[in-house]
Amino acid sequence: MTAVGLGFDVPRTAAVVRKELADFRRSRFIVATMGIFPLIFLTVPTVTILARRVSATSPALTKELGISLLYLLLIPVVIPSVTAAYAVAGEREQGTLEPVLTTPVRREELLIGKALAIFLPAAGVAYVVFGIFLGVVRLAASPAVASTVFAAPEVPAEAVFIPLLAAWSIWVGLALSARVGDIRAAQQLSIVSSLPPLALAGLMSFNVIHPTFGFIALVAGGLLVIDGGAYLLVSRLFDRERLITGVGREGT
Amino acid sequence: MTVVSSKPRDAVGQDGDVAVDVRRLTKKFAGRTAVDDVSFQVRPGEVFGFLGPNGAGKTTTVRMLSTLITATSGAAMVAGIPVTPGREAEIRRRVAVLPESPGLYRRLTVTENLEYFARLYGLPDRPARITAALAAVRLADRATTPCGQLSKGLRQRVALARTLLNDPAVMFLDEPTSGLDPVAAHEVLGLIGALRERGVTVFLTTHRLDEAERLCDRVAIMSTRLRTIGRPDELRRTLFRRTLAVATAAPLDRPDQVFGGLPGVESWQADVATGDGAGPAGYQLAVSDPVQDAPAVIRALVTAGADVVSAGEPRASLGDVYLELVGAGPEGQAPEDRS
Ligand SMILES: Nc1ncnc2c1ncn2[C@@H]1O[C@H](COP(=O)(O)OP(=O)(O)OP(=O)(O)O)[C@@H](O)[C@H]1O
Ligand SMILES: [Mg+2]
Repeated sequence: MTAVGLGFDVPRTAAVVRKELADFRRSRFIVATMGIFPLIFLTVPTVTILARRVSATSPALTKELGISLLYLLLIPVVIPSVTAAYAVAGEREQGTLEPVLTTPVRREELLIGKALAIFLPAAGVAYVVFGIFLGVVRLAASPAVASTVFAAPEVPAEAVFIPLLAAWSIWVGLALSARVGDIRAAQQLSIVSSLPPLALAGLMSFNVIHPTFGFIALVAGGLLVIDGGAYLLVSRLFDRERLITGVGREGT
Repeated sequence: MTVVSSKPRDAVGQDGDVAVDVRRLTKKFAGRTAVDDVSFQVRPGEVFGFLGPNGAGKTTTVRMLSTLITATSGAAMVAGIPVTPGREAEIRRRVAVLPESPGLYRRLTVTENLEYFARLYGLPDRPARITAALAAVRLADRATTPCGQLSKGLRQRVALARTLLNDPAVMFLDEPTSGLDPVAAHEVLGLIGALRERGVTVFLTTHRLDEAERLCDRVAIMSTRLRTIGRPDELRRTLFRRTLAVATAAPLDRPDQVFGGLPGVESWQADVATGDGAGPAGYQLAVSDPVQDAPAVIRALVTAGADVVSAGEPRASLGDVYLELVGAGPEGQAPEDRS
């Protein structure tokens, strides 16, 4: 069996997506995560930007904008971490992993299906929140602030980074979920491990790196490559035998 | 090792005659051998019991045969397909597994659970199959209940319905009644019994000897290695044909003197209930031939002044066979093989 199969069955992958979404929708913990985190991460930057009045000097504003956008980037990082960490560990806990793996489902189908089910709502929420932020800035911030915000390269960068960071978080979360037996432990590890790419965005926010469109494109390209590599690694972890025997059987 | 095969080894193995063919299958986990050199065959349509104590390697064997894990060595054929890399998907389509825990999504309804699996199998006519499977386990009225709200017994029935969806040639049921109350267990066993009519081969793993005896055409008893295999009644006869059980109205004063001097008696043992000095007593004697040795034993008892209540070959249950063979389990000392 190849590690990365190309042809996979679309209806079967869709079945995985559909089942995962139904399961997430009914998990209070996951619904709460999807609701509370975006709210927190939206409130802080919105208040910061709105509090800034006409006296805005450009460098200070850019810095504040950077930090605000950094907050917003936590959404595509944290939400997928939490849900991805649950994706395999939760199945293991319910005992569903084994029956699923006895069906003809291919590991790529399972992996892509789970990843999509995490990606779609997380990226959706992140874009909606980003849109709300921009809308509020346009309508409520002083015109000087608003025009600075809309001219900043950080804004398109944010749009590009949302899916790339989400993908990274998903692969990290799925990897940990496959290897760590305890759901909570997997979730905590997953959040921590998905943060490093944010450091780059952080450096831009604090103007350590001056973001230009070219630089942002470079970073995005780098993230894309990393995401691809992470997929390959995770797909190896999704080997049936590893999933079944990988976690804490010793001693039972 | 005692191997009681109801059919000569050579007779099985032709295509179409075996549903599961296992040859010298071995699985090692990080230096620990879970399954050691196990060989057996299961015929199509047979209900085959796979018995053994905790840690005997039952689940490991099921996982190897259902292509979840790969064997360290040995070979196997399931539903006519060799268990080799590249053929796993074919096998998965033709078998169904009920693992140790029912494995249902608690937040999804019964139908949603079955629907998901039907899609994973890529089955056509899903609604009809799901309806039929639910009817087979008599759960049609629970179709829209979230699985988390079902009792353990009902969950096990839903899991059983799931194994029916793909019309498997071979079903692996790993301890299907463990943790169920007697009524729920009886229900599940009844449903498994009904599978016989469908012509599906059932590979049933269990601790429960009574249910294996009731349900299975043949049983294998294992404890890392295969200890024995055969029809339940055959196993009982083979293993206990050399025992003579005698009962006396009161315990013997000096059983050693009575049994010790008899040439045919190799050893003897008082039944557990014996020894409080009152009431009837029972003794198990290991003899060379129960029929030939019985008269001498009875004469000796009468000479010693004992009132003989009965003497004969014990009705050993499969439970006795099992205890005899696996003793303290794979980690403990197995009693000496007798054959
Ligand atoms: N993933 C694993 N890693 C290490 N050892 C394992 C693993 N799975 C099983 N074992 C060991 O292999 C042996 C057989 O285990 P198995 O689960 O097959 O037994 P079993 O007969 O199903 O027992 P039970 O009746 O408790 O279900 C045990 O000693 C067990 O500890
Ligand atoms: Mg087991």
